[in-house]
Amino acid sequence: MLLSLLILIPLFTGVAAFFAGSQAKMLSLFGALATAAVMMYLLRLPGSSALLMYSKPWVGSMNANFSIALDGIGKITTLLTAIAFPLIFLSTWNNTYKDANQFYGLMMLTMAGLMGVFLATDALLFYFFWELALIPTYFLCSKWGGERRIAVSFKFFIYTFVGSLMMLIGIIYLYYKTPDQSFAWKSMTSALLTPKEQAFFFWFFFVAFAIKMPIFPFHTWQPDTYEQAPTATTMVLSGIMVKMGLFAVVRWLMPLFPEMSQSMASPVIVVCIIGMLYASLIAMRQDDIKRLVAYSSIAHIGLMCAALFTKNQLAYDGVMIQLFSHGINIIGMWMVVDLIEQQTGIRKMSQLGGLAQQAPTLSILLVVIALANIALPLTNAFVGEFLMFNGLFAFNPWYAAVAGISIILAAVYTLGMIQKVFYGQAVVGLKINDVKPVEAIALVAIVVMIIVFGVFPKPFFYLSGDTVNALMTVIKK
Amino acid sequence: MINVLHYAWLVPAFPLIGFLINGLLRNSLSKTITGIVGSGAILLSFLVSCWIFVQVKNGNSYTANYFDFIAVGKLSIPFAFQIDPLSSLFLLIITGVGFLIHLYSTAYMHHETAPHFARYFAYLNLFVFSMLLLVLGANYVIMFIGWEGVGLCSYLLIGYWFKNTEYNNAAKKAFVMNRIGDLGFLLAVFWMILQFGTTNFSEIFSKLPGGASAAVLTGITLCLFVGAMGKSAQIPLYTWLPDAMAGPTPVSALIHAATMVTAGVYMIARSNALYSLAPFTMNVVAIIGLATAILAATIALKQNDIKKILAYSTVSQLGFMFLALGVGAYSTGVFHVMTHAFFKALMFLGAGSVIHAMGGEQDIRKMGGLKSHMKITYLTFFVGCLAIAGFPPFSGFFSKDAILAATYEHNKIMYGIALFGAMLTAFYMFRLFFYTFFGKFRGTHEQEHHLHESPAAMTIPLIVLAILATVGGFVGIPEVFAEHGNSLAAFLSPVIPIGEGHGLSHNEEYMLMGIAIVAVAAAVWFAFIKTKNIKATPEEGLGKVLENKWYIDELYDAVVVKPTLWVGSFFNTVIEKSGIDKAVNGVGKMVQYSSRQLRLLQSGNVGNYILIMVLAIIAIIRLVFYLKY
Repeated sequence: MLLSLLILIPLFTGVAAFFAGSQAKMLSLFGALATAAVMMYLLRLPGSSALLMYSKPWVGSMNANFSIALDGIGKITTLLTAIAFPLIFLSTWNNTYKDANQFYGLMMLTMAGLMGVFLATDALLFYFFWELALIPTYFLCSKWGGERRIAVSFKFFIYTFVGSLMMLIGIIYLYYKTPDQSFAWKSMTSALLTPKEQAFFFWFFFVAFAIKMPIFPFHTWQPDTYEQAPTATTMVLSGIMVKMGLFAVVRWLMPLFPEMSQSMASPVIVVCIIGMLYASLIAMRQDDIKRLVAYSSIAHIGLMCAALFTKNQLAYDGVMIQLFSHGINIIGMWMVVDLIEQQTGIRKMSQLGGLAQQAPTLSILLVVIALANIALPLTNAFVGEFLMFNGLFAFNPWYAAVAGISIILAAVYTLGMIQKVFYGQAVVGLKINDVKPVEAIALVAIVVMIIVFGVFPKPFFYLSGDTVNALMTVIKK
Repeated sequence: MINVLHYAWLVPAFPLIGFLINGLLRNSLSKTITGIVGSGAILLSFLVSCWIFVQVKNGNSYTANYFDFIAVGKLSIPFAFQIDPLSSLFLLIITGVGFLIHLYSTAYMHHETAPHFARYFAYLNLFVFSMLLLVLGANYVIMFIGWEGVGLCSYLLIGYWFKNTEYNNAAKKAFVMNRIGDLGFLLAVFWMILQFGTTNFSEIFSKLPGGASAAVLTGITLCLFVGAMGKSAQIPLYTWLPDAMAGPTPVSALIHAATMVTAGVYMIARSNALYSLAPFTMNVVAIIGLATAILAATIALKQNDIKKILAYSTVSQLGFMFLALGVGAYSTGVFHVMTHAFFKALMFLGAGSVIHAMGGEQDIRKMGGLKSHMKITYLTFFVGCLAIAGFPPFSGFFSKDAILAATYEHNKIMYGIALFGAMLTAFYMFRLFFYTFFGKFRGTHEQEHHLHESPAAMTIPLIVLAILATVGGFVGIPEVFAEHGNSLAAFLSPVIPIGEGHGLSHNEEYMLMGIAIVAVAAAVWFAFIKTKNIKATPEEGLGKVLENKWYIDELYDAVVVKPTLWVGSFFNTVIEKSGIDKAVNGVGKMVQYSSRQLRLLQSGNVGNYILIMVLAIIAIIRLVFYLKY
């Protein structure tokens, strides 16, 4: 029951926020913090604890249960969700929104949906939460987004709609092939499929998840959405929600289709690597900081997706820690971008410059986050990328060498961004204040995590160990 | 000796603490305190390093394990330090020369405001910390942490004056070129993990020979060498180093002459067990080293910026070090690292002193006759020039002679080319020397009035380095002069086994020395004649090509940079917007169109779509169950 609090606290806070008027912001922060507190308690429990599992009949006629469990990869992603939401609220504390109660209500509903996705062990429940997480974000984008929000939300909608539909069809089909007509993870993974069905539905699920990550060529909703959504929503989308796709590959796709996951490894990895280079090259040509971060993220996610198919333990461990690191780092990146945009109203790097003179603390924090973005050693991202590239190298050295070019390109566009925004001569008339205390708490927390987990990544390997072991058994089958 | 293991961590800890104090309190510390903290941290490290040196003098080596950095599956990468003769020698160079340069900086950077002054020292301390990690690491991953760390600090310090776009570009170029090399390093690390299952030096080397096929070893060592090309500015990744002169001059002395750029040499010397089993790679190293030595030296002939000449000289000298490594004379390469650290740091600091006196002027054509205005700078710089040119008994004589002798043994043609490189070195160095200190002053009146010797904080490091540049060679006296004279090679022998016997007879050695001395003396004489009458005539023909650095930067721009950017643009504007997006929007439009036809929706309102979707899902589920039951 304790476990379901991870979902219920944000859910009820979200609903309450709609009626909380001007108190919605405070309420949401408390809801998010309370969830984080429960999370911390749960993480300290031994893996065998009965509290880490919960199941109740849901739709009895369909043999669908409200079954949730907290294990390996789930610990990482729920921890990320629990930590990220309070930080997001803090860093955007000074932003004002029209109908703030609705805004915060929807944000908390998204949080509830995300938690559900990461906890569900029943396929129908998983699908339910998947939609619960997505639907509020449509509203967040289309109501509080930038000037092109309608068109962009529409594109986002089309993409994810297609993805969700494919997944739903796949789930229902598999449901009928389960030995005991159940949506439970155990039954779904023992569904009896002919090789043809396997090949067909593997790609069905893969595309559904690939859209969510997103990887090339299913990604074009992403830069537009990141650019147009309100920054707090972009943080949720890019930091946490993209992890739904990767998470789903680990929790569902690979156990559902173990043979296909192995035989299709090469084509998937090749597509991922093409996407990494493609996105990196495009990132170099962006003038809008938000779009630069967006494309940079496509490259990073591409590596994570590729690593999942390398059949290599080091790569799996790398993905686990990177799930968390990437989320924290990109949220930090958006925080800085948001601070700049809120104060100057400018996102074009060509119109910015010399901010380091006016905001030295902000620029130092950005530099650390940027260094994590290029996976410098002793930042958290290095550990993950190092292990993932290791796996890629073991899979095929040439793949690693080619994908490695993105490491170089990342340095080009990230340092270019720092230079254009913070260095150089100050632009006349451009005024920016250094970070305020509330924002500083969030940014410093992120910078501290970047360094601490960069030096001492061990806790993540410990948390995710059982998932990695499970994956190793899956691929050995 | 349990003590060494207990206290070795102090060496990098002091600079790290210095970095944190100066970095976090940069707005509240006075310049005096900043200077004391920054320099004091390195001095303390130096003292500990001296103590460590004494502990390993007898050839002891220790591995200090601190904690598991990465431990997953069968792979264990401990955060561990390797303390042995090779690393202790580098500790001494880094902290010793590093301290002198910190001291020098307190005066050289004094015109900066207190927060920027503190920022400078914070970066400098962070650099020393990273460099110490690089040489202390007991496995390739810890080494890589330091490896990228020094690259970061180099980036931060080249772009220290961040308002200047050109400096920022230079900083970025340095980082990116280093990253290209780093990719090679990383691939080598992955390969070693795949092949040996570990990155620990001791474990890998103990599996040799036999632990890997010759082809694999060749691949690993080549990848590592790519890393060295980036860090140590070898062809084709050398063009960042001259640009890196945008940083403050003490930075050039510390990072871009004495320490960081020699990391590649350290890495190969450390990996000698791997390299010795990869003859193909050895040839590549020797040829690249030699080619770099000559190419950079030719460019240096026609440069007029005092720091640029020194930068190309550094590239060239690094080339000599790689030549030594490539012909199998690892300890000779390390020997040259040490002597070069002394005389090149000396000359950079001397150049800094000159620039200081000239009010920021770096063009040697506008200097001249400085010897009467700044005696100490003049004399110490002269020592530096004698050392780099290789006149006995200065330090460079011994190390360069050892390189030439080893090359002669290996291949006579390469020896001839290397000797020519030594002559070029003597020529451009003395050209610089005569231009700067001799003749008449060619700058403005104000500049002439301003000329002065630098303060003691700057001249003391010059004097100490000049002494080291003079006597530093005596640790590696060749056998012809004294039996067991090469105490450095003996000291390093636990890490770098001494090769079997010398193939050269005493007579041959004397002959080689004689030739080298005569050759460089002739080059100096030629430089003296050429600089007697300095006329400002534009360069033509080959001179112009050399002045423009063989147009290599332009070539890279045309072949690598521009095409990459073009591809990026093409993806961005064509494929992304007109390709994929059009297709997706097409699907979207189709949905919109059909929906309009069905008159279910009046607009593209997302809310309605969602409603429909939810209804559709329910309908599907209903249908499914209707069919089933």
